[in-house]
Amino acid sequence: MTRLFARHRILLPVLSLAILLAATFYMQPRAMSYFGVNLLFNLAVPIALATVAQMMIIMVNDIDLSLGAFVSLVACVTATFLHDTPVLGVLILAGLIAAYAALGVMIHRFNLPAIVVTLGMSFVWGGLALTILPSPGGSAPPWIRSLMTVKPPLVPMAVVAAVLIAAVTHVLIIRTGIGTVLRGVGGNAASVSRAGWPVLRLKALAYALAGFFGVLAGVALVGLTTSADANIALRYTLLSIAGVILGGGEFTGGKVSPVGAVIGALTLALAASFLSFLRLSPDWQIGAQGAILILVLTARLIFTRRDEQQG
Amino acid sequence: MLKTVIARPWIWSWIAAAATFAMVMALTQGRGASELAYAALSFGAFAAIVGLGQMLVITLGPGNVDLSIPAVMTLAGTLSLKAMGSDPNTAALGLLIAVAVGIAAGLSNYALIFLLRLPPIIATLSASLVYQSFAIWSNRGLRIKPPAGLAEFATGRTIGIPNVALVGIGLSIIVWLVLERTTFGRWLLASGQNLRAARLAGIPVELVRAATYVTVAVFASIAGYFLASFSGGAALNMGQEYLLTSIAVVVIGGTSIAGGFSNVPGVWGASLFMFLVVSMLNSYGLGAGVRMMLTGLIIIGIVVAASTRRPRA
Amino acid sequence: MTGTPIVALTDAEKHFGAVRALDGVSLSISSGECIGLVGHNGAGKSTLVNLVNGGLSPSAGAVSFPASGESRALNAGVRSVFQELSLCPNLTVAENLRISHSDLKGFGWRTRARVEIAQSLDLVFPNHGIDPDMAVDQLTIAERQMVEIAIGFAPRGTEARLVILDEPTSSLDAGIALQLLTHIKDFCAKGGAVLFISHMMGEIFDVASTIVVMKDGKVVASRPTPDFTRTSLVEAMGHVAGPEAETATTASAEFGADILHSQTGLTASKGEIVGLAGLAGHGQAETLARLYFEHTSSWRAGKASGMVFVAGDRGRDGILPLWSILQNLSVSVLPQIARRGFVDRTAETRIAADWKTRIGIRTDDVANNILSLSGGNQQKVLFARALASTAPVVVMDDPMRGVDVGTKQDVYAMIRAEAAKGRTFLWYSTETEEVCQCDRVFVFRDGQISAELTDKDITEERILQASFEMQEVGA
Repeated sequence: MTRLFARHRILLPVLSLAILLAATFYMQPRAMSYFGVNLLFNLAVPIALATVAQMMIIMVNDIDLSLGAFVSLVACVTATFLHDTPVLGVLILAGLIAAYAALGVMIHRFNLPAIVVTLGMSFVWGGLALTILPSPGGSAPPWIRSLMTVKPPLVPMAVVAAVLIAAVTHVLIIRTGIGTVLRGVGGNAASVSRAGWPVLRLKALAYALAGFFGVLAGVALVGLTTSADANIALRYTLLSIAGVILGGGEFTGGKVSPVGAVIGALTLALAASFLSFLRLSPDWQIGAQGAILILVLTARLIFTRRDEQQG
Repeated sequence: MLKTVIARPWIWSWIAAAATFAMVMALTQGRGASELAYAALSFGAFAAIVGLGQMLVITLGPGNVDLSIPAVMTLAGTLSLKAMGSDPNTAALGLLIAVAVGIAAGLSNYALIFLLRLPPIIATLSASLVYQSFAIWSNRGLRIKPPAGLAEFATGRTIGIPNVALVGIGLSIIVWLVLERTTFGRWLLASGQNLRAARLAGIPVELVRAATYVTVAVFASIAGYFLASFSGGAALNMGQEYLLTSIAVVVIGGTSIAGGFSNVPGVWGASLFMFLVVSMLNSYGLGAGVRMMLTGLIIIGIVVAASTRRPRA
Repeated sequence: MTGTPIVALTDAEKHFGAVRALDGVSLSISSGECIGLVGHNGAGKSTLVNLVNGGLSPSAGAVSFPASGESRALNAGVRSVFQELSLCPNLTVAENLRISHSDLKGFGWRTRARVEIAQSLDLVFPNHGIDPDMAVDQLTIAERQMVEIAIGFAPRGTEARLVILDEPTSSLDAGIALQLLTHIKDFCAKGGAVLFISHMMGEIFDVASTIVVMKDGKVVASRPTPDFTRTSLVEAMGHVAGPEAETATTASAEFGADILHSQTGLTASKGEIVGLAGLAGHGQAETLARLYFEHTSSWRAGKASGMVFVAGDRGRDGILPLWSILQNLSVSVLPQIARRGFVDRTAETRIAADWKTRIGIRTDDVANNILSLSGGNQQKVLFARALASTAPVVVMDDPMRGVDVGTKQDVYAMIRAEAAKGRTFLWYSTETEEVCQCDRVFVFRDGQISAELTDKDITEERILQASFEMQEVGA
């Protein structure tokens, strides 16, 4: 049984989401409608994008503690520059992606600890965000707003978006050659380097991808909330890490699953709603998220230990 | 002689602090110097206390950092104030509760790291959410004020120095003594330089790690206890800015990120510097945003500079 | 010799500082040849391999690829399969091929990779049962090694002309190993070439057309296989017993009580110097590390420690790089000299000064940083660290590797003196002359003890015989 879970790591996240969804519908049957599902998973879209971004970094054995601040910054830029002067806004966002790539180069080139560097960067992103929007404000560019509130028939936008994100990143990271090599860097960077690949450039690419998805996350978030502030997405840091791990990813070894990451993000978004349906006092909702993460990691540890003993 | 002075790593944060102080004075033409110094020592004390704890954890080596400091501060502040309930003569009880909270949090953090083999970042980050929830839950309703005597102490001064700064200095001396003079201090510094070599040299590395994680939590809770008394109550976001600050003062103060090298005076210099930078930027009309960016860039700059000068065995 | 050589080394030398890993080697490998490369520790086999596959460039002499005219080993069709697995465990078998074969680009690369690796696996290991879409970390160690070997033989854009195999059967069972040997013979018959390193004599004699013996960085014998017997091969690997080999042996010492008896068969008595020998990487270091961890605790540091460790890989296991010589030396005795938890600095200084003279650490001030010392002197500090403690058992992980002769002699004398006082030493060494100084020797092979030698039996010949697997293939 554990061999099955180990062989197909996607099973555990899918199962968790299914169980949680069933429990939610049981608690609140009215959520089983088009409108209800959209409401449940609405905010999951930017979280899913942020989770994918974090996954890119975890894939190459680093961790990004500045993601929440970065997404907040992007949200601020979107609500101001992208709205007022679109061309400048796009340039700034492109610059931010380039900055992420440069970060990856710097961390790898000088062998710096990613923890401290990304923590330092969160100051920088946060400071920039505060400079752009000292107090909440701005407004979403209309085209983003309409994109995020589109109502496709049968299936809510949130679900469509999640499936799309999962599909695209799965193809990119799992199916293509370059995605495979990127994962190889996480698995055995020395081997990949010996085989002639430019590991520095590959790491820069991973970081650039993270920046790209981080930008998408911020833009999507503003599309939903219509305004922004400098602290709007700070909790995304832990949420994105939790999402990657819940989805079957590991901190080292390049073992990540894009589909799992998206499912993990959906599960976390759903867990927040579920906890409120459970009439769990809002006091405990934050703690519950931490507890969930710890529980999942414990379960993972038990399964891998048993697998090691049997295999 | 000048060379040895300059070579001391802690000097730089003190020079920076002095320089920022001078820049503020330049703008105010020397007015308010003692008030500024007093404020710097008061606010800097809290940063220094949590910074000392974080310094010990970072000295344990790469990957070791405690991200639950704000939550522990909040929880300790909340629970100790609740236990004291504004009654006089309960200050000692409050402190005891705070320390107990610190010990419990530290042990939980370490249990997650050791038993579940979680990376310290993840362990402390997840645990902090649970501690935060505890704090929220126990803080229902009224904002409890600290007992009058304790509040006076926390905001008062002795021989011209803020009392909280004296507490901080006292703790600093203890930490310095432990690191410089005791066997445990040597064990900690050895583990941070090379964990495997330390174990092979007979050092009980797990004991050292456990003790360090408990210590940082206890320091955080002491800081929370005094901060709550200082601010007239335990707000739920009271620890928020101290997370990044605790790491910043360690790095800027000259402690090595690679582990194995601590710098107690540097932590103080950096704490003062952090506060004075805010004042300076405020005086020059620059906002919080610039301050944050500057802090971040300084941290990264120091880490890059330190990496290029690291000795290779 | 058939035709132009695939690779040719001409008077190739490789120096690492003062160490002459390769001291003038001329060798050429042509198509159809299978060269069996044998030699004891430090003979220069790995260095030779690295020169052939382009991993290192020669300090003197030349490496060329005449048959193809290429300048890079990979383009000349030279492939290597090493003992340390170089697969990415998170990727599938087919995806791992993509890492080594950068031409697998574009649409449908996955199918092509699958086909290529499956073909190679089928060719080398018929009926292997390995699914190319399986993640490597789901495979057994044997299967992983099979995949590595198959990738080595796979075309990957250019044909494999020369495949270097370094102990390829170490994780394979007899039946699969036989398949590999059969394929090697096939491969060479069809015009390929193989450079085969192994400690299993049976395999070498089965598959090699020529056997090359290395010793101390030189090729000492290179003859067609039929010209060797097992005995003559072992003789060729060893040194002629000279007068220096007769080191001062402890006059039939009486040792104290048995103080060690491990499950693997390792035993030691009080005052005995026990040696662990055999080819490097056959479990000696692991055995010692395990022993040490079992006898010491991560949680307690008692006043009386039972065992103490001397590291051989200083950078990884021994040196505390930010500290001074004094602090590095005293770290093991701190609990013993502490006064209520505080370090006794006077005692510390005294101990350091004492050991500085006893073991001869060449420095003007023990307060200098440890890295200011030469390698040999750093090693002396690690020794002093261990010997200064009161632990009765000293475990040593090949500590004299790469250390200068002068230091070695000082340390050997120290070891003998301490043993005479009742200290027990467990000494893993890759140098035969060191091992020959021991009172009892356990030879390791494939992770287990293959021989226990005492007194007169401790000779290089006996050690070599026990280090190499003498049985026939498939026996």
